[in-house]
Amino acid sequence: MRFFPHTQADIEAMLATIGVSNVDELFEDIPAQLRERARLELPPGRAEFELRRYFEALAQRNLASYERCFLGAGAYAHFVPAVVDHILQRAEFYSAYTPYQPEVSQGTLQATYEFQTLAAMLLGMDVANASMYDGASATAEAVLMALRLRPGRRRVLVARALHPQYREVIRTYVEGSGSYVLEELPYGAEGTTDANALRSALADDVAAVVVAYPNFFGAIEDLATLVALTRARDALAITATTEPLALGIVRPPGEFGVDIAVAEGQSFGIPLSYGGPGVGLFATRLEFVRNMPGRLVGESVDTAGRRAFVLTLATREQHIRRERATSNICTNHGLMALAVAVHLSLLGKHGLRELAETNLARAHALAAALEARGWTRPFRAPFFNEFVVTHPQARERYERALERKLLPGTLLARWYPELADALLLCVTETPSGEAVDELLAALAPTSQ
Amino acid sequence: MRGQKQEGLLLDEPLIFERSQPGRRGTDVPRHDQRADPHLPPHLLRPPIEGFPEVSEPEVLRHYLRLSQWNYGAATTFYPLGSCTMKYNPVANEAFARLPGFAFLHPLTPDELAQGALELLADIERWLAEITGMAAVTLQPAAGAHGELTGMKMIRAFHRDRGNPRQKVLIPASAHGTNPASAALCGYTTVTLEGNQIGLIEPEAVRRAMNGEVAAIMITNPNTLGLFEREILHIAELVHGHGGLVYLDGANLNALLGVAKPAHMGADVMQINLHKTFSTPHGGGGPGAGPVAVSAALEPYLPIPRVVRTAEGWRWSEDFPRSIGRVRTFHGNFGMHIRALAYMMALGGEGLAQVSRLAVLAANYLRVRLAEAYHLAFPGVCMHECVFSDKGFDATGIKTLDIAKRLLDSGFYAPTIYFPLVVPGALMIEPTETESKETLDAFIEAMLEIAREAREHPERLKEAPRHTPVGRVDEARAARRPVLRWSPPAPNK
Repeated sequence: MRFFPHTQADIEAMLATIGVSNVDELFEDIPAQLRERARLELPPGRAEFELRRYFEALAQRNLASYERCFLGAGAYAHFVPAVVDHILQRAEFYSAYTPYQPEVSQGTLQATYEFQTLAAMLLGMDVANASMYDGASATAEAVLMALRLRPGRRRVLVARALHPQYREVIRTYVEGSGSYVLEELPYGAEGTTDANALRSALADDVAAVVVAYPNFFGAIEDLATLVALTRARDALAITATTEPLALGIVRPPGEFGVDIAVAEGQSFGIPLSYGGPGVGLFATRLEFVRNMPGRLVGESVDTAGRRAFVLTLATREQHIRRERATSNICTNHGLMALAVAVHLSLLGKHGLRELAETNLARAHALAAALEARGWTRPFRAPFFNEFVVTHPQARERYERALERKLLPGTLLARWYPELADALLLCVTETPSGEAVDELLAALAPTSQ
Repeated sequence: MRGQKQEGLLLDEPLIFERSQPGRRGTDVPRHDQRADPHLPPHLLRPPIEGFPEVSEPEVLRHYLRLSQWNYGAATTFYPLGSCTMKYNPVANEAFARLPGFAFLHPLTPDELAQGALELLADIERWLAEITGMAAVTLQPAAGAHGELTGMKMIRAFHRDRGNPRQKVLIPASAHGTNPASAALCGYTTVTLEGNQIGLIEPEAVRRAMNGEVAAIMITNPNTLGLFEREILHIAELVHGHGGLVYLDGANLNALLGVAKPAHMGADVMQINLHKTFSTPHGGGGPGAGPVAVSAALEPYLPIPRVVRTAEGWRWSEDFPRSIGRVRTFHGNFGMHIRALAYMMALGGEGLAQVSRLAVLAANYLRVRLAEAYHLAFPGVCMHECVFSDKGFDATGIKTLDIAKRLLDSGFYAPTIYFPLVVPGALMIEPTETESKETLDAFIEAMLEIAREAREHPERLKEAPRHTPVGRVDEARAARRPVLRWSPPAPNK
């Protein structure tokens, strides 16, 4: 077997040193009745080229094309510059682990510190952690953090316009960890969270309010109003962003006084990969830093006074505080955080803005073209690169586009029964102009 | 700033922000069908972000390449981090995960157009079920701790369905910190079980702690001392006898492949750390993957969605009314699932069984050789890892930390230190099956030399490391005055 370096002579020498005559003797602590039934009924091993053939055959059975993808809904087809993956494939990065020994982990530590800085800047917040699993679990952790910061308050208000899967994950996390109540905040005619509904739902027993920014319909919430209402009742304002590229042009949550801002970072340097791995961004105010879940890298010095980075404030974490930890999270999503850092460094101050403008303009162009051809845009709130359109024949036209090997967004009825004829579309920089024309032809044939 | 002039490898690399010069860019954005219309009301617009990097492409590349050179990784050196199973990550698997049909696949692609991905997931579920002996598997959780949380949520749901979620969870003192943290997140209080003189849990201790209010025991087997819990069958029987469940922490599964199946030990739920046992890269701290395998009784509670087989092919289904719900977006860390399946298929059944045999052989070889100079916490045969301590160095003033730092000077990463907590000054060593005898011998030599130095030149240990990119880092200062990000200098106005 190619992964094992041991020769028969090595094995014999090691056995002799240990003082046993065969490997089986090392397993005598294990009850015989377990060992007797342990045989693995699995096929024999395969060579690399056989594996390659197998995985290529599987990969070919998927429709996977950024050129023809108009699907967003929490995962975005963005171009990844070659430098990003080149860095990700450095085994010095990918084969290292948690930087417990900072002296030989400065690469991981400094890159993580840069990630923390970029995440905080992007979200307009004081401080960000070293990353979470994904946007949804980061949102759930934000809710748990709010419940810790507002002990005695039992209610959490969650916007219906937040990604449905994020809402489900919040429910899973919060259920059973105390007698908390999750309530849904409806959206209004604009496709944004109804401020009046928030006003009447808020009370002194509300710990947190969670809204999406931009929301699941692509709409940009009126954060100024929502946050002001929330903070007036001393509840914590939490925002979740599934498409952080929006923050390259749209004012960030931090500027509206949000307490915790989280995001899914997949848009930056991470392939869709059927939805995983992604990365969660998690940022908050400096005053809350010790209540934050996850790990943190801080700046310090070494014995010679040189700048050096190190994991810090670990007393919040499970390996020290065990059952009293702020979270059970053990690692982060380090390599994905690195992807975010490299991609954002390449995009930089102006590239980020330009890429956001490109997405914005292309999405608005498609929205206008569909409207001109008989589709309706039910929600009038400002949007970034995703929007909702409706049509009495939405489903059959969607199917027609699928038949042409396009990914024509996603039908919303699956999650929002009240939006029966609605399609959620996304346009990033990656679909070709031809694919846009084909999509228009499929969704809005002029001959009908 | 790292101001010291070095020869050879340059160790003075500023932050990416400090490399910025106004006007530089590292990428050119396609400006197709761009129009001047801003599309957004002015009060929503944000100017380009102050302080964001302005660096050219070659400089970004050089910056991160240099950072990479300051890391020890399992691919570049022996990385005996106990409990983490830092085995070789097959390079071919990186290529498989990057095949366009996988990398560019959107998670909401209709099922009929993602049959290859769904079949792959069904495949890996089957392999994991066979390896663990369990009835069903979810691939959703993103990490081992995430799997623990998922498993404990299922345990809570199981009991709640029977009228009482119960209040307590039994956890050995030697357990990973994630165990009590996961139990607490699910609303449980934890009861600590102390091990006996030989590091194992006694059935008697379980019997005393066990009653109708105990929801589960969370037991790691082999435990974090690298020892097989010999009484596992008896312990599981006691827990089940009171209607409790057995959560088996699968962190140390690398010792059990083809050796013993968790289901046969009485496990009801377990997480499997794909980044340990099944070779997916640790990534400097993620992404991992923590699938959860369950017995038939727990299957209804698995998180959604689940892969199901229908007449029309593979489908995602959410139609499981007793499910605990979703634990994350989409379908789990798919990229890691590809790598793990590739690894399993490369080895096959016999190869997997050989993994555990060789991992245990290597650990015992280290145990016997190092016991000449270091205090072994629990004598006798170990499984895939062994735990030493700094006991016996008291006269020299040398502590575990010093031994670990000196190892870095020898070019090795350090073992896990100060864990498990039940061994003061612990050094937890896990060699894995992918290290050659020559490497193990070199490591042993380094460790023996350090033990000699501790007695003859303790200052060399206290001053270590000296041959690393930076010297010993002041961790206290970092915590006392937290600096957690770079901030742009105030504009000169």
